[in-house]
Amino acid sequence: MDLVVSHLQREGLQDINLLIPGGQTLCIHGPSGSGKSLLLRAIADLDPNQGDVSLGDTRRDKVPAPRWRSLVMYLAPESHWWHDMVGAHAPSWPLGMLQMLGFDKDVLNWEIARLSTGERQRLAIVRALAREPKALLLDEPTANLDQDNTQAVEQLLTDYQQNLQSPFIWVSHEPAQRDRIASFTQEIAQGALQ
Amino acid sequence: MSNEFGQGFIALSPTDLLLAAVLLVIAGGLSWRLQLGVEKRLLVSALRSTVQLLLLGLILHSLFSTKSPWMITLVGSVMLAVAGYEVWSRQTRRLRGWWGYGTGALSMLLSSVTIALLSVSIILQPSPWYHPQYLIPLLGMLLGNTMTGIAVAMNTLGREAWSRRGEIEARLMLGDTAAESIEDIRRASLRAGLIPIINSMATAGVVSLPGMMTGQILAGGDPMEAAKYQLMIMFLIAAGTALGATSAVMIMAHRLFDERERLSLHRLTPAKNS
Repeated sequence: MDLVVSHLQREGLQDINLLIPGGQTLCIHGPSGSGKSLLLRAIADLDPNQGDVSLGDTRRDKVPAPRWRSLVMYLAPESHWWHDMVGAHAPSWPLGMLQMLGFDKDVLNWEIARLSTGERQRLAIVRALAREPKALLLDEPTANLDQDNTQAVEQLLTDYQQNLQSPFIWVSHEPAQRDRIASFTQEIAQGALQ
Repeated sequence: MSNEFGQGFIALSPTDLLLAAVLLVIAGGLSWRLQLGVEKRLLVSALRSTVQLLLLGLILHSLFSTKSPWMITLVGSVMLAVAGYEVWSRQTRRLRGWWGYGTGALSMLLSSVTIALLSVSIILQPSPWYHPQYLIPLLGMLLGNTMTGIAVAMNTLGREAWSRRGEIEARLMLGDTAAESIEDIRRASLRAGLIPIINSMATAGVVSLPGMMTGQILAGGDPMEAAKYQLMIMFLIAAGTALGATSAVMIMAHRLFDERERLSLHRLTPAKNS
């Protein structure tokens, strides 16, 4: 399933056109404030924008917005939690994925307030994958993680991608990480792809 | 009224009122002496209530004698308009434009005015049904009380939606609908608006003697009759507050999202300094 973006426009972004084939990862990088998050948020329809986006046969403007966001899911750089306990944030948690990131199922009874930033970030990734999105918009998913955890997250995400043949857009600052995961790379500056 | 409870009632003379006012002045003086800073507001609101209530007394006096439906509608509309303004002004973050005023005013129209009309036409049944002696005090009582509940509920909703935007958006990102994403905040706002009336029903007669009942007894009424009226009023107020706060919260929460269910906090005004 390809993710196709055509003539996407919004405040802070110029005309954006992208095609990410299923199973491939587009890595985006650029200075802060260049519009990386604005682009991902616009694709997920979280901010007002114009243009056409589709995933396979599904056109964004033909489905209700919540349905679109559950198909093409944006993963924010910082995670927010609204219940007291971890477990309440998803109807069912894939235990295998939790284990891949170094948690056992006890984690579901942990209090959010006691988690470290890195733990929250890793759990937010599992929380998102538990909804089984068909495409992912990843906004620096490993920014606060050490080397081992970064590697585990990359492994989890690429496994998921191979199973579902889903297209990814992955914002990453690290050249080494881009070399590991990118199918192709684009630079963004001042709201325009270079 | 002549029954075992009254040689009629003790009419208040201006001197009586003045004596009560002296107590207020003492309280104000205390605030000034201790530099609490409320003396000015105390004075202003005491003056406001004096002018407003005496004026209302005058208007009601002539209204009761004419019973003109047009005059009753006019007085009712002015009361509603002022209550709408009060709700609007008590919110830290309100909806921009006419939505800010309209949401509160419409919710009060739906709750207070409907319930006042229903209760005179079905429960009290005076003749004519719009007799101002029943309709206007009932409406005033309902507006005054639902106003507080609606203002608290809307204020809570605006404040919480602003400060918990991260949580709301996190849920939207995962594919939850707008209604699901703001559900917790909506519930908390409604609860905040309804707690005062729930508490006052629970403690009525045990801890506090409600103002209306006290007034009726002081004015020479039978305590049992006063209790029955108080109960009716309290039920009406609770129903009105629940209805009004629910509609206000539903409309406002709906307005916080656009047609693609994106959180639209730019529709809220910046926090006013308080």
